[in-house]
Amino acid sequence: MELTTVWFLLIAVLWTGYFVLEGFDFGVGVLLPFLGRDEAERGTLVRAIGPVWDGNEVWLLVAGGATFAAFPEWYATLFSGFYLPLFLVLLALIVRGVALEYRSKSDSTRGWDRAFFWGSLGPAFLWGVAFANIVRGVPLDARHEYTGGLLDLLNPYALLGGAATLALFTLHGAVFTALKTTGELRERARTAARWTGLAALVLGGAFLLVTQLMTGTAATWVSVAVAAAGIAGALVATLRGRDGWAFAANAAAVVAVTVTLFGGLWPDVMPALDPANSLTVHNAASTPYTLGVMTWVAAIFTPVVLAYQAWTYWVFRRRLTVTR
Amino acid sequence: MDVLDLSRWQFGITTVYHFLFVPLTIGLSVLVAGFQTAWHRTGDAAYLRMTKFWGRLFLINFAMGVVTGIVQEFQFGMNWSAYSRFVGDVFGAPLAMEGLMAFFLESTFLGLWIFGWDRLPKRVHLATIWLAAIGTNISAYFILAANSWMQHPVGYRLNPATGRAELTDIWAVLTNVTTLATFPHVIFGAFVTAGAFVIGVSAWQLARRREVDLFRASARAALVVTLVASAGVMLSGHWQAQIMTEQQPMKMAAAEALWEDETSAGFSIFAVGDVENGRNHINVQIPYGLSLLSTNTLDGKVEGINDIQARYEKTYGPGDYRPVVGLAYWSFRLMIGFGALAGLLALAGLWFTRRRRLPGNPWFYRIGVLGIGLPFLANTLGWIFTEMGRQPWTVFGVMRTAAAVSPGSDVGEVATTLIGFTLVYAVLAVIEVRLLLKFIRQGPEPEDAVHQDEPALPALSY
Ligand code: HDD
Ligand code: HEM
Ligand code: HEM
Repeated sequence: MELTTVWFLLIAVLWTGYFVLEGFDFGVGVLLPFLGRDEAERGTLVRAIGPVWDGNEVWLLVAGGATFAAFPEWYATLFSGFYLPLFLVLLALIVRGVALEYRSKSDSTRGWDRAFFWGSLGPAFLWGVAFANIVRGVPLDARHEYTGGLLDLLNPYALLGGAATLALFTLHGAVFTALKTTGELRERARTAARWTGLAALVLGGAFLLVTQLMTGTAATWVSVAVAAAGIAGALVATLRGRDGWAFAANAAAVVAVTVTLFGGLWPDVMPALDPANSLTVHNAASTPYTLGVMTWVAAIFTPVVLAYQAWTYWVFRRRLTVTR
Repeated sequence: MDVLDLSRWQFGITTVYHFLFVPLTIGLSVLVAGFQTAWHRTGDAAYLRMTKFWGRLFLINFAMGVVTGIVQEFQFGMNWSAYSRFVGDVFGAPLAMEGLMAFFLESTFLGLWIFGWDRLPKRVHLATIWLAAIGTNISAYFILAANSWMQHPVGYRLNPATGRAELTDIWAVLTNVTTLATFPHVIFGAFVTAGAFVIGVSAWQLARRREVDLFRASARAALVVTLVASAGVMLSGHWQAQIMTEQQPMKMAAAEALWEDETSAGFSIFAVGDVENGRNHINVQIPYGLSLLSTNTLDGKVEGINDIQARYEKTYGPGDYRPVVGLAYWSFRLMIGFGALAGLLALAGLWFTRRRRLPGNPWFYRIGVLGIGLPFLANTLGWIFTEMGRQPWTVFGVMRTAAAVSPGSDVGEVATTLIGFTLVYAVLAVIEVRLLLKFIRQGPEPEDAVHQDEPALPALSY
């Protein structure tokens, strides 16, 4: 396999890891005001993601760093082109991170909870908008600089993409909460999973269908089907009280959505409206030497990271009970 | 202001802000790990209480380091896309390595440390804070390797066909002599910072005679750390100055407001310069100081600004290759001055607290508290010197700052984000300082709340 292909796959894996992991902690943030009726319950919700959220976010940082190293042109075009949306994502991640760390240390948690809610909702929506635009193609000039404006990014397809990821991540947070809590909180989370599951099925289904018709290949039909089956499976498992299966099924759905997006993209990394200006895995890539070095680094360290992150989830596997 | 100026201000503000938290994180992570190790070894509950007290302040600071770091990671693409296209092949590698090797380590093991008090065996729990501390240091190494490459590019070639820099030797980039000198300087600087912080907070408590044993022990440990680290900062700084004289003579000349080539050059203490005409009105010097600092000999030759300017015009074509001389001059001096002052205070503090003594005069403690600010100033000025002294280059000798900026961005966008980040940062600074003060005032947990076999859970968690 060519190294550029390896790195395309690796970056897809990093984004997948990011969406599967931070997806549920975005969802917990979005559901916080609805599931947590009092301070004790909200505290329990935050504690459910407390040990892991920062590690989850690093998947994004590494996706960014890896893109910079492996496809500098992609990194440059993407982040300078999507300037204002990215700014909003960054602001959201800033207030969200501070809210998570400071809420319990402050005298009042209300402001922090609001920051956590908006700081989760914003990126959960905006990542969908961003990826929809990447897949759809954006105006680029011959130097690969983005020539559109902010409004070009807010087209109906992209907004549908945002709604889809928001629904999907909220569902992900709901099944996660059902898996990690007990009693009333768990019951409420399961109710929420039913509603957000329906929303995810409709919005996600619509988004994936349009995507498939626009850029899909025969192979991505499979991932579209898996995504739909995963969401449906999460719903069924929730109804049957099988929280672990529900979470696993929805995680598979998130993976399948990311596979569909990246599958539709290949071999472009950022298609331009004028195909002559598109960034592809070839014209955006670093030299074979850099890719070779980075492949060694990734081959050695990725398994290590996976092992200790998995261990963290094992250490904190117990359900949390609200204590008043 | 144009896009370039705004982008530079934004980069400067967000990076300097990030670096207010970074050195404290690096230094405190190791100090807290040290306290916990002492508890582990001796079983003395006082060390556990110290671990938790300093650990909480560390976490408050760490959170800010993390969220401001996220901005850093994407800024190169956002505001400096031409730069990113040009150097991604070389520069992206250490950045990606930092994420994979360091950020995962810090954040995962810190999560385990915070929430793992009652879930992990004691020994394993101790290992988690050490791994997080090691992570912060690894992170510093890689990012400094990236930065040093901008100061002194090595291990690459320019591809004439694509006009881009291409990596040819990763090992050369990771063992760049500039990195080898910068890394200890920054790490020692971080220990000075954390040391002064612990000294200052302890002084505040000791002045009120609260928890005297605990804070005396903290302060003594921190005084030793600060003193040793100050010595380290000076030695490594000296080495850096020599490397800089060789690699970026213009920066050294500007730092010294040295206009013409000189042998047996003196180290300037105070100067009033005339940039237009390239000379000084007033210049108070330590004889031979500069030659000694930059060449290790009394009569070494040091190049002057005017001569280097002429030489660079021949090499790189017409243009102004002088950084802002006044800024370089004063930031360099004040970095050294504030840093040296912190070291002296540590020395004095050790003397006055020797053999279980505690001075009675409140001024000792007030100075201790004020001392917290010194290393922060030194660090900030050090970076301003390093980065502004490199101007007009972004990558020394290879790419100018003016050519690095994103060509597509417009003034409105960059102004919006500049104002947005600055406002949010200002608000967060107030919140963070208030929180620190709250927990400093509150002091350590009472002794009976800390059971050794079953450490109180809620202390550090959410
Ligand atoms: C000398 C050390 C040093 C320097 C020069 C920088 N940083 Fe930093 N950074 C750290 C040392 C550090 C750290 C000690 O590892 C931090 C500080 C607090 C923390 O949580 O980790 C950190 C956090 C941090 C994070 C969050 C990591 C996480 O979530 O755990 C990111 C993404 C960056 N940094 C990126 C950058 C970039 C792109 C820089 C260059 C402009 C930069 N930092 C300068
Ligand atoms: C690896 C770490 C760093 C890298 C790669 C880096 C890179 C850069 C770049 C690309 C610029 C903008 C272009 C320019 O004006 O030269 C810049 C400017 C600047 N950087 Fe750094 N920097 C790093 C670390 C830091 C740190 C930690 C600080 C201080 C805390 C700092 C302070 C500044 C300042 C003050 C400027 C503004 C200079 C100006 O106005 O042009 N830098 N640096
Ligand atoms: C005798 C004392 C010192 C000397 C001779 C010295 C020397 C230097 C030199 C030559 C540089 C610039 C390197 C370059 O641009 O290539 C530098 C940078 C820097 N200094 Fe110092 N320094 C001293 C004290 C301190 C202290 C006490 C601190 C902080 C506590 C500090 C923090 C920094 C930082 C953060 C930088 C920027 C990063 C770097 O390039 O290493 N310095 N120092």
